[in-house]
Amino acid sequence: METAERNRSMWKLGTYLLLLVVAIVYPLVASNSYYVHVIVMSFIFAIAVYGFNLIVGYLGQLSLAQAGFFGIGAYMSGLFTMKLHMSFWLSLPLTAFLTMLISLPIGFISFRTKGNYFAIFTMCVGIIINLVIEKWDSVTGGNTGLIGIPQPNNLGPISFDSVISQYYLVLAFLVITIFVMTRLVNSLVGRTFMSIRNSSDLAATLGINVMANKILAFAIASFFTAIAGVLYAHYIRFIGPDASGLNMTFDFLLSLLIGGQASIAGPLVGSLLSTGLTEGLQSLQEYRMVVFGILLILIVKFFPMGIVGGLQLLRFKLMKRFAKTDVAGIAQMKPSKGESHAAENKSIN
Amino acid sequence: MNLFFQQLVNGLTLGSIYCLVALGLTLIYGIMEVPNFAHGHLYMVGAYVTFFMMTLYGINYWLAAVISAIVLAVLGVLIERLVFNPLRNGPETNKFVAALGAMLFLEATARLLWGSDYRSIPGIYDKVIQIGGIRVTEQRIIVIVAAVVLMFALNLFLKHTIIGSALMAMAQNRDGASLVGINVNMVSILTFVIASILAAFAATLAGPIFLVYPSMGTMIVTKAFVIIVIGGMGSIPGAVLGGYILGLAESMGATYISTDYKDIVAFVLLVVILSVKPSGMFAKETK
Amino acid sequence: MLLKTKALTKNFGGLTALNNIDFHIEEGEIVAIIGPNGAGKSTFFNVISGFYPPSSGSITFGEHEFTNIATHKFARMGIARTFQTTCLFTEGTVLDNLIVGHRLKTTMGFWDAVLNTPRARREEKESREKAWDVLGFIELDKIAGEMVGNISQEAAKRLAIGLALVTEPRFLLLDEPAAGINHDETNGLVQLIKKIQKAGTTVCLIEHKMQMVMNLADRIMVLNYGSKIAEGTPSQIKNNQQVIDAYLGGDSNA
Repeated sequence: METAERNRSMWKLGTYLLLLVVAIVYPLVASNSYYVHVIVMSFIFAIAVYGFNLIVGYLGQLSLAQAGFFGIGAYMSGLFTMKLHMSFWLSLPLTAFLTMLISLPIGFISFRTKGNYFAIFTMCVGIIINLVIEKWDSVTGGNTGLIGIPQPNNLGPISFDSVISQYYLVLAFLVITIFVMTRLVNSLVGRTFMSIRNSSDLAATLGINVMANKILAFAIASFFTAIAGVLYAHYIRFIGPDASGLNMTFDFLLSLLIGGQASIAGPLVGSLLSTGLTEGLQSLQEYRMVVFGILLILIVKFFPMGIVGGLQLLRFKLMKRFAKTDVAGIAQMKPSKGESHAAENKSIN
Repeated sequence: MNLFFQQLVNGLTLGSIYCLVALGLTLIYGIMEVPNFAHGHLYMVGAYVTFFMMTLYGINYWLAAVISAIVLAVLGVLIERLVFNPLRNGPETNKFVAALGAMLFLEATARLLWGSDYRSIPGIYDKVIQIGGIRVTEQRIIVIVAAVVLMFALNLFLKHTIIGSALMAMAQNRDGASLVGINVNMVSILTFVIASILAAFAATLAGPIFLVYPSMGTMIVTKAFVIIVIGGMGSIPGAVLGGYILGLAESMGATYISTDYKDIVAFVLLVVILSVKPSGMFAKETK
Repeated sequence: MLLKTKALTKNFGGLTALNNIDFHIEEGEIVAIIGPNGAGKSTFFNVISGFYPPSSGSITFGEHEFTNIATHKFARMGIARTFQTTCLFTEGTVLDNLIVGHRLKTTMGFWDAVLNTPRARREEKESREKAWDVLGFIELDKIAGEMVGNISQEAAKRLAIGLALVTEPRFLLLDEPAAGINHDETNGLVQLIKKIQKAGTTVCLIEHKMQMVMNLADRIMVLNYGSKIAEGTPSQIKNNQQVIDAYLGGDSNA
């Protein structure tokens, strides 16, 4: 049993390290800085979608206010660095923290509603944030937005004026995000979130403070979405009201659904695909939303688990065929010998 | 004072449009428990159909409205059969997401086919009438009158026909209704047909006053949702009352507070009301 | 006295579901609530377990008197329950259910999870061990890894009880635990409930299977149309004319 568990962890660690190496090497071998740019954009969106995944995938609450926090994060940091001449390295954590604070009362009020009402409520919150950003000319620049947002200040000898240097910056944050999410989701806290998604009434009967957990997830989601917003603003060096609009939320939603909600790899896979397709099909831009719309409907009906979920299911089915004993979930590449303790090795991924 | 009455009329006009759209939405939500976010985009398609009928084929205004109603009815049924019916037994949020998908699809297709330019449906009731100190275009009066006529007709249908009673029965208890032999599928289709007809007329009536463009659906459907959340899902009087309240609030707000932020009225209203009463204004106490 | 209700009343609109119920339960007892369908038994449960607030009257548990507390506080006070329709976490395994059921006894939070603090590691281990303990107690260890959707009706009912047990309750409410299971399984259930009593938990159950009730209960309360019509030991209740007329007459089978 010990070996089984250690083997599984080794394989997992190995895969992650391999992916990390690929990610680190990529910009050095990419033939064109445009290809690096596309990946930077997907990484930034992935960070936001990881936040989104926590509240929508793991907690099962369809919050449609997410782009609002993305926008708030972007604008706030833009203003801090441009108007207050703050250093990026101070602005980033400050913005993320403040955005999280703002999300607390919003979450508190929003979660008094349930189901569809919650979705509509958060959608309206998102719209209000978007409208305010759009109309508050004096602060946000209205429809023109903020132009000329500075890139991150130099860190000692490292400067961030190239796409490649920004790539590594964003990659670092992505790795941190994935790390935090993985830890969170595999812990008792993660289990609690999922129990609420399954049946919040039962969870409450078992003594779980559902409201507190919902607000916690909402706050964490906003924190990471804000970080994504900040990185976005300082990379593109321009931010307009569209970043906080409903379409942005729908982009997050689509990326999450394609990739696979309530999974660790889902947000990244989904963002890569979604951004890749968007950038790649620039010429077919008009068809993008047509396809996206149809995709949303198809996914929700036929592939609710997205790509990652589908792959997991496939792997599970294959393992069931080859393993002698009942494997309750994801184990390792080799058939597990642990019988009833196979359950202990099941990780909620 | 004249300004006030002027805006009153404007508010009633706007409210009439909102009512018709909200009525369709509340029927769909109340009877079928489907949060049809694509309804606003159906309305948008209706506006375009009327526009093209009138400008390309020179068809009469009211006839164009009827054609629009037919087209929308077909489209509505397609959406019901292809998108919502397969998902009827799943979790709530799936229907919501599917509706969002339909919405994106419709808007993008409209943009693709007809471009993003603003269009204007030619108005035939341009004459300005003077009542007391107010100057109103005939169109606005037509809107209000037509809306009232339609609502009246709907009420007659629901209260005094057998099919109408079937719809009401389903709104109260879907399973029970099918047990007593009501054909759930027929009712579902019929609900969408009615909602689509209402939307088509709303779009045609609004066309000459407001502009037509692909993303006009989002605003109106979100506001319609605000209305039915406030007025009560499935409540017809609620939708009517809510529609006029919102229309008047926006009109007055635009005049006396700020034009820029007038769109926010609906959303702030929803946020305020749901903050105080999370289950909606007319939710029944089950605890 | 573990639990006491005084003049407990619950109205739903115009309907009085519970009418002035005075009742008490001693620590260590097994108490049964019986009565015809619609008598208010489940409503009584729902009120004393925090699902509905009472319309009037009071409930005293231990030293606390309460009328309107949030649902999740009840488990923390030591009151656990099962439901008439078996309520489990369908998206997990048997073991997963029990692990999360123990959550209220753990205090780890966001930072513990992310930094993998000693507290996090300790509580994860503790939750798992407790889950296995309860699994053994309810004799479901063989199916620990099964998805909840795949287990038998009887196993599901045991699991629901296990889920309540893993919160380490002082007081356990069982709502028709034997509904839909056969004679042998019912006997197994009776043994389990006796085991629970032995382990120190007070039990209150709603049941229609009379033989089971007479076998298990130290005391019985009979409800009819929302009012208490009798209270006493099994032999007292068996011979109570009012009860026989209202409920038992000619219909007492297990």
